[in-house]
Amino acid sequence: MDARALAALAANPGCRRRALLDGAGVDKGALARALGAPANFGQSQFAHQRGNSFEARVKADGGADLVRLLHERLRDGSEAPGPGAVATPDLSAPGPQGRTARTALALREATEAGRWALLDHPMVSLDVAGSPAFLEPDAVVVHPDGSWTVVEIKSFPMVDGSADPAKVGAAARQSAVYTLALERVAAMVGEPPEGAGATADTARGAPGRARVRHQVLLVCPKDFSNLPTAEMIDVRKQLAVTRRQLDRLTRIEEIAAALPEGTTFDLRLTDDGRTPTRPVEELTAAVDAVEAAYAPECLSTCELAAHCRARSRAAGLVEALGRGVRGELGGLTTVAAVLTAATDGPADASPTGDPAVDALRRAAALRAEALASRPGAVSCR
Amino acid sequence: MSLITTLARMEAVREGRAQPLTTVRHRHLSERPLAFVPLTTAGEAGAPLGALVGTDRDAPRLLIVAQPRDRDLRFAFLAELAEEIQPYLDSYADEVELEERKETDPETGKKVPVQVELCADAPQLLVPSAAGVAFVRLLGRSMRFRRTAEQDPETPFPAPARVPLLGRWLTHYGERSRVPGSCLLLSLTELLSRHWATGQSPLEDQHLGSLLAWIDPPEGVPGAEAALRAESERDEDGLLRCPPAGPATDPAFDNQLLAPAMSRYDAARAEASQGVAGAEARLRLAEAELRGLIASQLRPTWDALWHGVDLLRSLPEGARVAERWKRDRWSYTAHRDRVRAGEPPQPKRDDAVTAAQKLAARETAQAQLDAHEALDDPLVMAGRRLAGEAFAGEVTDVEMAWSEARVPRPRPLITVRTEDRPHLAERVKLHRVLADGRAQSGEFVGFARTDGAAGTGGADGAAGTDGTDGAAGTGGADGTDGTTGTGGADGAGGAGDADGPGRALVVRLTGGMGRGKQPEPGSVPEKGDRVCWTLFEHAPRGGPELPDPESTPWTHGGPPDAAAPAHGPEPDPMTEEDYL
Repeated sequence: MDARALAALAANPGCRRRALLDGAGVDKGALARALGAPANFGQSQFAHQRGNSFEARVKADGGADLVRLLHERLRDGSEAPGPGAVATPDLSAPGPQGRTARTALALREATEAGRWALLDHPMVSLDVAGSPAFLEPDAVVVHPDGSWTVVEIKSFPMVDGSADPAKVGAAARQSAVYTLALERVAAMVGEPPEGAGATADTARGAPGRARVRHQVLLVCPKDFSNLPTAEMIDVRKQLAVTRRQLDRLTRIEEIAAALPEGTTFDLRLTDDGRTPTRPVEELTAAVDAVEAAYAPECLSTCELAAHCRARSRAAGLVEALGRGVRGELGGLTTVAAVLTAATDGPADASPTGDPAVDALRRAAALRAEALASRPGAVSCR
Repeated sequence: MSLITTLARMEAVREGRAQPLTTVRHRHLSERPLAFVPLTTAGEAGAPLGALVGTDRDAPRLLIVAQPRDRDLRFAFLAELAEEIQPYLDSYADEVELEERKETDPETGKKVPVQVELCADAPQLLVPSAAGVAFVRLLGRSMRFRRTAEQDPETPFPAPARVPLLGRWLTHYGERSRVPGSCLLLSLTELLSRHWATGQSPLEDQHLGSLLAWIDPPEGVPGAEAALRAESERDEDGLLRCPPAGPATDPAFDNQLLAPAMSRYDAARAEASQGVAGAEARLRLAEAELRGLIASQLRPTWDALWHGVDLLRSLPEGARVAERWKRDRWSYTAHRDRVRAGEPPQPKRDDAVTAAQKLAARETAQAQLDAHEALDDPLVMAGRRLAGEAFAGEVTDVEMAWSEARVPRPRPLITVRTEDRPHLAERVKLHRVLADGRAQSGEFVGFARTDGAAGTGGADGAAGTDGTDGAAGTGGADGTDGTTGTGGADGAGGAGDADGPGRALVVRLTGGMGRGKQPEPGSVPEKGDRVCWTLFEHAPRGGPELPDPESTPWTHGGPPDAAAPAHGPEPDPMTEEDYL
């Protein structure tokens, strides 16, 4: 599970289906295809190439350019990093656990060294609903004062200093997940060697004391060129939201415990590993055993959304029309119930005591009156 | 989404097709709009891949960039685009009518009437989706600071003539599209979803194909199914049958068809430049293949766009649409004048005063649009009535009264019986439209008891302080009997609940009756008339004027930099390789 998926999960913490499937490491894309509702996801190789070459360009030069960019944006009056001032520790290690341990070690060393360091594609882990998820930020910069900054490199342009707010928002949420994971690392490696007081005040500015900055550096192409430009983004809000949502996630064991005995999402692939042989009905029943919380926003973030939408529509749930719809409808949860409440009232239109039903009746009456007044109005279809 | 819209969406779910949200068309549609369906290269800002453009739905012009990383090919595309769009934009510039406008005389400082030109009509650009509007803005930004060889002989990569000019026009159109209700640049998804409610979420309505599938599903196919097909049905090669409306392409198309065709093109081009025999023919073939591929992605969207136009044309135009279109004509004329006067391109960032003016103008436009749409359309008015911002009902009683000024003015009291629940407080201003189109103002006096006795506690407070024309009010209905009424706003809930569905409201007319002692005929409703009063103004005006840019306070960055170059900002720096 990557940070993007985690951020999306945190955006819909009530979805048990997603929490369980993600926590269990199920390939939701393959599952969705087997269910006959594939997601319209995919990345164009053009975008992929551009993203990779831009990232390579930004990190070229041993990270000196990137650190210079960061230093410029800090505007803290400190001395600019000179040539050769940036350390780039080697982070290669076997397996995600190994890389995570290597990253933690490199962060500790770099923090104690009291100089600039660029960690290219480090790996950090985060506990999600009771199981670890491994995350790979684009880069983490260690400042001479021992603080760390998450760097997010994106290939959408920053035109005249502003970029698409939706994309910036997504990048900020993603970075917040990295920041959160790094905070756990900082808590581990940041213990002062002498065991001095661990209050935040003593930590501030003291060299060798690890802390994660709550401003991340977003690097994007400038205007229509391939030159990098960057802005600092405050992710405190996203951080608080993500932390709260992750805490709220129902623990996977609890969800799993509620499942019928023997529930599995195994596709029973053929030997070549391509064709699922498990009957769709069986698979659907297995997926339906875990409750989902579908909203149209899922369509852009979850591979399984097309399936959940179909189920939600089949059940006539009002959320299929938008997350906010429920708010005005009180206890009415299905389209059929809403339409019945709106039209099948007593003739005298006396108040029912349910404000949602009364408002719906008014709305239906007003709508019918206005439609009937149309010139050449046709009778109701 | 308001409750009445939610209800319409649910009706659409039940009926299996979209339901009307309006009874008239609230946007101007030109007789001869220019449709523009662009495609862009994934991941590359401002690197167009192709476009269909034109005013003739049967003969669009196809423009492609065979290799979007090649600056020369991109410039050639932009030049062709300018060739297609610029003459269309210019074709409306010369047919003008004269309008009288008040302008401040620079010498005397007085407002004097002057005759100014106003273009009789304006060009209209249609794009498929909101992302298309954003792309027009982006194109405008990428083009307007370019320099042609004529403007600057030193420039390292001169842009073709007309390209910077088109950039300025596209920027203007993009900027104008942010004004609520403006119609110079419109997206079909926005237009259609204003007029119809589908049985899916607004998020899914962004997809032009699925939106159209709900509004006009094929015979015998429910809207939900047709929409699902439009969104995700793929052919045997895994390509979408209904390609996305752009400007982003389907990644599957990029990976399976476009990328191989482009590498064939690159290979043939490399060979041709080395003079390999037969390479020229292969190059032409490869280019033709790319043209075919890109056209295959554009054409369905092009047809969908015009299908949407047909659907919209089937709606009658709202009465106040022309009034708003006139503002668009002013906007077009003003930009024409700026270009003719040789002003520099629009700056990258607005100065404080311009930005504040734009915001204020948009707020005013939004208020006007909301008022216009409600007045033009009973279905939109129904939404406002549900929200408590208007009420309609039958006049049950009219009582003549006059103000107590030296020259008494008619201030008749109208009792309206309505089932609506407007958010009324004592002396709230009310507005309605007279038969001749003029607006009439009134104010809420109080609730009348439905048994005929007027309960006018609300009017008591009003009596002594009627300041509308400097005279004390008559006290109106409270003279007629001594019934203690419910007190103004407090009674709003109680009176209605007690009396069942209908309530009687007393409104005092305060204007729109002419200058005489007797109201002009037709200006006072009669018993039995149906009237509709709104709590919102019909022609809301903007706030106070802003200072001149020269007197921008230091809190807002101070006056604009006098040392700034007169020809506008420098063009974007061009690096040797500006692609990745």
